[in-house]
Amino acid sequence: MQTFDLGAEGLRALNAALHALKGQTNMTSWEVVNPRGAHAIAAGVDAPVDITVRGSTGYYCAGMNKLATIRVKGSAGPGVAENMMSGTVVIEGDASQYAGATGRGGLLVIKGNASSRCAISMKGIDIVVHGSVGHMSAFMAQSGNLVVLGDAGEALGDSLYEARLFVRGRVTSLGADCIEKEMRAEHFAALEDLLRRGEADAKARPEEFRRYGSARKLYTFNIDNASSY
Amino acid sequence: MTDLPRTPPRFSATFTPAVNAEIRRAAASGIYDIRGGGTKRHLPHFDDLLFLGASISRYPLEGYREKCATDVWLGTRFARKPIHLDIPVTIAGMSFGALSGPAKEALGRGATMAGTSTTTGDGGMTEEERGHSRTLVYQYLPSRYGMNPDDLRRADAIEVVVGQGAKPGGGGMLLGQKISDRVAEMRNLPKGIDQRSACRHPDWTGPDDLEIKIMELREITDWEKPIYVKVGGARPYYDTALAVKSGADVVVVDGMQGGTAATQDVFIEHVGMPILACIPQAVKALQDLGMHRKVQLIVSGGIRSGADVAKALALGADAVAIGTAALIALGDNDPKWEQEYRKLGTTADAYDDWHEGRDPAGITTQDPELYGRFDPILGGRRLKNYLKVMTLEAQTIARACGKSHLHNLEPEDLCALTIEAAAMAGVPIAGTSWIPGRNGF
Repeated sequence: MQTFDLGAEGLRALNAALHALKGQTNMTSWEVVNPRGAHAIAAGVDAPVDITVRGSTGYYCAGMNKLATIRVKGSAGPGVAENMMSGTVVIEGDASQYAGATGRGGLLVIKGNASSRCAISMKGIDIVVHGSVGHMSAFMAQSGNLVVLGDAGEALGDSLYEARLFVRGRVTSLGADCIEKEMRAEHFAALEDLLRRGEADAKARPEEFRRYGSARKLYTFNIDNASSY
Repeated sequence: MTDLPRTPPRFSATFTPAVNAEIRRAAASGIYDIRGGGTKRHLPHFDDLLFLGASISRYPLEGYREKCATDVWLGTRFARKPIHLDIPVTIAGMSFGALSGPAKEALGRGATMAGTSTTTGDGGMTEEERGHSRTLVYQYLPSRYGMNPDDLRRADAIEVVVGQGAKPGGGGMLLGQKISDRVAEMRNLPKGIDQRSACRHPDWTGPDDLEIKIMELREITDWEKPIYVKVGGARPYYDTALAVKSGADVVVVDGMQGGTAATQDVFIEHVGMPILACIPQAVKALQDLGMHRKVQLIVSGGIRSGADVAKALALGADAVAIGTAALIALGDNDPKWEQEYRKLGTTADAYDDWHEGRDPAGITTQDPELYGRFDPILGGRRLKNYLKVMTLEAQTIARACGKSHLHNLEPEDLCALTIEAAAMAGVPIAGTSWIPGRNGF
């Protein structure tokens, strides 16, 4: 276990050390102490290592993560795991705005609630939120899965493309071009897998969820749909 | 009675035939007009400025003999690896998707041969342009299509795009005809849809967030890459100041003459400011902050010749960027395709339906038959020639003003032909010492 005192050594030293880990390494277990809400903690990691952050983080923790498993023993500020490519990020507390924004792969798990615009413009990432998500979540979501065990705020899935949204609780309102869709066998199977990987299988069952997706009416501009924008 | 003189038909200056045609088009189609390029309206521009040259009170340099340097450093504020270019004329961001793969390759080839940089666009980084560009600027856009840390690290600089001159406050647009299999895959979109990308970044809002975003990008790239911030010509004084405050190494200001692959004509023609009005305000912001020449300024929008380059630099820019002019150098709107332009209902030098993907020159298209017409090696040579000519022209002017480096040009070398240009550029009307708006007049 490599223990890194962020308060003493600073962010640049931490990220430089993590970026130096290329491919296979035997330094696979890292612990970051005294994060004190710093921004960009463990951003740009590209190695199959485990990193545990003992405390809450600022903006863009685990940004553009590849391969690493990053666990935050606290809450995360805006843009956690933004544009993640692969790997796993687990937030034990809550997450602020834009969690998982534009993520292209991997798994983001938020054990608490996520604020507004969770999964905005997601591009292949899977996101499992144990609590609720705020307004405009999955805005312009392109692909991937968003699973919400709690409620979703206003305008869920506004202008979304092919992402799949699963919500167990109440949806305040759906955004433009977002509709409820049938849960078919493949969706139950996918959801079961997502709940398991998202450490939520003990909390919820697939049949408790509703699925939302794109009506695809805005894919080609039509003046008759102008009032939808 | 028939011999009496008749009042000849008189067209309205308000309801011109062009205005009426647009009303009829709108009434018939129910949708606004979409097109590519920049504004086509007449604007105060570099043509309204002249260089004074040297005579007795100023001492010229000998053409072809005395050196007039042209190089420029970009990104010296924070980046560990700033960029050094041979010439201060760069290639602006244009997306793969808007442009064909061979066209992007040609831009890379031409820019590299001329010793300058080229820039990606709203479609991610292609192998064509990375492989053929010695210096490649990677745009970081609201859509984040194709964004990934590997391309960030193999870029030579990163340009955070907040806006562009053709549509400050607007997002990207790529209509279904151009969403080919490859474009769809790179953007993670269904094939053939109308793609309208966001106008705001998804994970930051305002200058305080931008500062943190820039810091994240620096961390991911280990503080190596220069980070540019590009804004459309909206409020250049404040936007430049806020970009500096946010930690930019380079500020890029794009005037409304700057082109776009596609957007609403009403947006192109009615939003934003001409580049002539933007440069002095951006320079003043840098000077007021004590950051002129420390944070470099790149300006774009309607740069066509070495004279335009020299004038932009004289007003205080460190470099310029060209987009539309580069496409014309490659062969866009060439009269040799006139018959085909006619079939599309247009004519050479006026073709702007780049969004339709039917470009006869094979540049703004994803149709293999059309882009197969375009030779990227020849296109690259043409661009290199054009960039060299622009540089020679700018040097010619600079020597005539007695400058041993293009960056030594200054506002005092300029005068204006019109009151508007004088007020915008902050240089006196020719033959006077009057700068409108200065000293209470």
